[in-house]
Amino acid sequence: MPDGTTGTGIGAAVKRVEDFRFLTGKGNYTDDINRPGQSFAYILRSPHAHAKITSIDSSAAKAAAGVLAVFTGEDMQVGSLPCGWQIHSKDGSPMLEPEHPPLAKGKVRYVGDQVAVVIADTYSQAKDAAESIVVNYEVLPAAVSMSDALTDKSLVHDDIGSNLCFDWEIGDEAAVDEAMSKAAHITKIDLVNNRLVPNAMEPRAAVGEFDAATGEYTLYTTSQNPHVIRLLMGAFVLSIPEHKLRVVAPDVGGGFGSKIYHYAEEAIVTWAAPKIGRPIKWVADRSEAFISDAHGRDQINHAELALDANGKFLALKVQTQANMGAYLSTFAPCVPTYLSATLLAGTYTTPAIHANVKAIFTNTVPVDAYRGAGRPESTYLIERIVDQAARETGIDKVEIRRRNFIPADAFPYQTPVALQYDSGDYEATLSSATKLADVAGFAARKAEAASRGKLRGMGYSTYLEACGIAPSAVVGSLGARAGLYESAEVRVHPTGSVTVFTGTHSHGQGHETTFAQLVSDRLGLPMENIEISHGDTNKVQFGMGTYGSRSLAVGGEALIRAVDKIIDKAKKIAAHVLEASADDIEFKDGNFTVAGTDRSMAFGEVALTAYVPHNFPHDELEPGLDEKAFYDPANFTYPGGCHICEVEIDPETGVTEVIKFTAVDDVGRVINPMIVEGQVHGGVAQGIGQALLEYAAYDENGQLVTGSFMDYTMPRADNFPKFDVTTEGTLCTHNTLGVKGVGEVGAIGSPPAVINAVIDALWDRGVRDMSMPATPEKVWSALQAAE
Amino acid sequence: MYEFEHHKPASVADAASAMKGADDGKLLAGGQTMIPTLKQRLASPSDLVDLSGIAELKGITVSGGTVTIGAMTNHAAVAASADIKSALPALAELADHIGDAQVRNRGTIGGSVANNDPAADYPAACLALGATIHTSQRDIAADDFFTGLFETALEDDEIITKISFPVASKAAYVKFPNPASRYALVGVFVADGPAGIRVAVTGAGQDGVFRVPEMESALSSNFSADALANVKVSADNLNADIHASADYRAHLITVMAKRAVAKI
Amino acid sequence: MATVSMTVNGKSVSGEVEPRTLLVQFIREQLHLTGTHVGCDTSQCGACVVHVNGDSVKSCTMLAVQADGSDVTTIEGLANGDTLHPMQEAFRDNHGLQCGFCTPGMVMSAVDLLKKNPKPSEGEIREWLEGNICRCTGYHNIVKAVQQAAQA
Repeated sequence: MPDGTTGTGIGAAVKRVEDFRFLTGKGNYTDDINRPGQSFAYILRSPHAHAKITSIDSSAAKAAAGVLAVFTGEDMQVGSLPCGWQIHSKDGSPMLEPEHPPLAKGKVRYVGDQVAVVIADTYSQAKDAAESIVVNYEVLPAAVSMSDALTDKSLVHDDIGSNLCFDWEIGDEAAVDEAMSKAAHITKIDLVNNRLVPNAMEPRAAVGEFDAATGEYTLYTTSQNPHVIRLLMGAFVLSIPEHKLRVVAPDVGGGFGSKIYHYAEEAIVTWAAPKIGRPIKWVADRSEAFISDAHGRDQINHAELALDANGKFLALKVQTQANMGAYLSTFAPCVPTYLSATLLAGTYTTPAIHANVKAIFTNTVPVDAYRGAGRPESTYLIERIVDQAARETGIDKVEIRRRNFIPADAFPYQTPVALQYDSGDYEATLSSATKLADVAGFAARKAEAASRGKLRGMGYSTYLEACGIAPSAVVGSLGARAGLYESAEVRVHPTGSVTVFTGTHSHGQGHETTFAQLVSDRLGLPMENIEISHGDTNKVQFGMGTYGSRSLAVGGEALIRAVDKIIDKAKKIAAHVLEASADDIEFKDGNFTVAGTDRSMAFGEVALTAYVPHNFPHDELEPGLDEKAFYDPANFTYPGGCHICEVEIDPETGVTEVIKFTAVDDVGRVINPMIVEGQVHGGVAQGIGQALLEYAAYDENGQLVTGSFMDYTMPRADNFPKFDVTTEGTLCTHNTLGVKGVGEVGAIGSPPAVINAVIDALWDRGVRDMSMPATPEKVWSALQAAE
Repeated sequence: MYEFEHHKPASVADAASAMKGADDGKLLAGGQTMIPTLKQRLASPSDLVDLSGIAELKGITVSGGTVTIGAMTNHAAVAASADIKSALPALAELADHIGDAQVRNRGTIGGSVANNDPAADYPAACLALGATIHTSQRDIAADDFFTGLFETALEDDEIITKISFPVASKAAYVKFPNPASRYALVGVFVADGPAGIRVAVTGAGQDGVFRVPEMESALSSNFSADALANVKVSADNLNADIHASADYRAHLITVMAKRAVAKI
Repeated sequence: MATVSMTVNGKSVSGEVEPRTLLVQFIREQLHLTGTHVGCDTSQCGACVVHVNGDSVKSCTMLAVQADGSDVTTIEGLANGDTLHPMQEAFRDNHGLQCGFCTPGMVMSAVDLLKKNPKPSEGEIREWLEGNICRCTGYHNIVKAVQQAAQA
């Protein structure tokens, strides 16, 4: 793996291009945008989890100081917020798909559901006026938990008749049952994958604007994928043709999935802007974000793993309940299915797998993808049950993994749950992690901790994930209503500088640096001659955005293909000028040379010639040097690796401290190791957060109890040690760069390593299970109960 | 935030009369609790009387076995005070762990004590050390000052001017922070000073800060962590929430008390 | 309305504000210095940290009228033209930022730390940064950056 390369090419730890503006306060986030004549929107939200709206009286609000308009669901007759994925149940019927109005019509279905919007000269005026809106609610029983919802006693959507959105399966159930019947041992486990609140540090915001002169709408929004928002909002909700709708996602302060989806507020400010004739800004405060951003995870799993007498896995059977919340968010149905159940082989040769997934509506905030999206859930399940199987069979937990790994020479490897892995070497990452984590010295460290009255434990996770989302043909056959290719345009300017337009979006990932490195590497240009442009549908041709660790593996590959088209065209231009055949032109170090001669043109000269084509043979050669590529991947990419967590528990208080966290990840070729390590750090922090700190708790009435940073435990600097992170391994075999993706591995691999470590620490004291998050009280209570 | 009038008097007397003149006035000290409360629209005072312009409310003096801290002295100043670190280091250390660095730069001892948040740190020190709360009208013993959840003996327009702590020969404070908010889930201040041996607990009580007589008597016969090992605090009247049950808080009181004693 | 005057990044400024206007609103909306961010409404996240009279404070938890007469420094006032402050430089060198949203507050808080404790231990750095939440970096590179700045 190239590492420590100097210069600005592939493998170099180039300092980030975007940092100067962020470090000096010159970033341009949505809330920093102020349009002439701008007004402000405040959204009145439901205080009830489930209620009929019997009346709304907004007359006092409409008359209040500064108020321009008040709109409710009755006023806003537009299309439903669409879902981008359609799952079919095992009986062949399509999933139940309720209407999702941007402003509630007749009924509210979760605390936070949009009831009305007040638009005023200032935000304070809008908020003040909203307090005078009188909404009469007839409160209905709420289906808060999935088990409540499954009884169908209270229907989240009465018009669709059930709270069961779909009942889906994958795999060969008969083969699994057959294997189970012959197993020497069956390990069973019940797990809860805790509901999380994404909490990107920048709260969502949107500014809607309408130009009466041109009939063009503009939406500035905190999005990971502006073209997707344009498509969903324009085509499905507001019926605005795409050539009259511009969506801009400027600097965006983190997303982690929560800013993929098309949200009601985007449609509301865009729809209302022409009605009041002024731009409208809406900015969520954090309390609002807690009850309006899509939440993550929230699955309940039962799993059974069959083993033979040698500890070889024979079959895995999984039953999952997945919470959809009150409405289907954009990606929600694919998260527990095609992003989760298809990963149940993990890194192992389990020959038979079957999973059944029931997706359930509840009176809670919609649930959708959050960093890792489905893959953390399957990884947690696999790595927990493997550890438990090791305990039950008496086989060492590392040894049982080794016995079941897909061998490095078995690729491409077809799993029994649809995916074909292209490359990987799980033994290699396990071995490296074992050394880096100093597993050999663990016994001594455990003994030393014990002498201080502390309990040490070590936990493993040898995980795999599928990302680089995604091959359109595959996802189309699985229910995606979109293709998941990516596009890039490389525009070479007359003096040889380059602007790249990418359909991916950077909200912390550093594309402006990594993508420029790709161009610098391939065209031999200095970084300062390359500009990466993204996030504006009026600039960028098209794009599916950034999520699912796809930007480099799909968007970067599109970029490489566009760059290669530039090189091909430039060779033709050079050949024309140098009076040679294009086949004889070699491109190296930024120069086009006739092979075997000293006749040469610099890149800049070719660029200038392209735009000053005084003697071009126009029937053979067009002027200009500007190329596009759309790239649709042939397969997912398959990062994997080994995470090892070492914890120390204070049995008196139940506090778990992460002493050491080691991650060895195979993410394919590394373009910028500094950025790659940063991505792993952040993912691991979110994974440890899920394992030890974070959970969204609802009370029995459907109120979110953990609705602010006062109650939802956000990881802070003193929750972590420094992480030991490195990359090594194999290249992706189906893209030019050999890249796999790194955005999610930290969050996917780490939670089971942490919980396995906690259980390991508590094992000798009789504790046999632990759920996430392993809070101090939970650990203390488990110790009390085991005594 | 709702609208209000802002006043910035230059003397305690002017502040008291501004309060008297207001329909529903509130005093504004460092604002680290008041402003978040106003932002959440949980309070709607007609007037805010800002005490930051009153010079007489600031400052630290240590003399005659007493540490006296002006009501508008911020936590960072208490934490950094060489005089307090020398005379009553437990108090400086307590101040050094209130909230976060930015809260400590604004939040004041007077504001904290007047608010009597059940999870605040200073009330435990006041009660354990037998502090005196000096106001614009009188001197109030800490024992009589904290009367319930967010409740104190203060009258509406009564202003804390300073708080004096008798120096204790032994004192320590240990807290178990709420993992989310970092407020005290349980904080225990143990002192052996002029007020006797005292153990005061914050964060845990349904009625705010309280003393633990059984621990005080155990320490009176044997001032050691071991003496507390078997003192179980009843879970009755303790807070329970998603972060900690009453039983867990009761358990933590013993653990924190032992650790405080062990620190001394 | 009240009139407030203060020095912000070395320049005298004044403005008319409602008493309920927060310092961060005055900075962002009236002075158009949008580098100071708002990431929460419970004074926890620290995205809004600025210096008032040399000390780091949360500008979302201070009224503009409370800052009347003060000397305020925001993230925009830290660099000297194109020359970054050593703390800003250290954040860039160590990849101490990703999305950049928490960064202004994080940097302002870290600058205050080194002023008060020029050679902090790793533990002291992590403890000081308790009031600044970052969702991207896992804090690893932020801590490294502060350590580098302390060496500078």
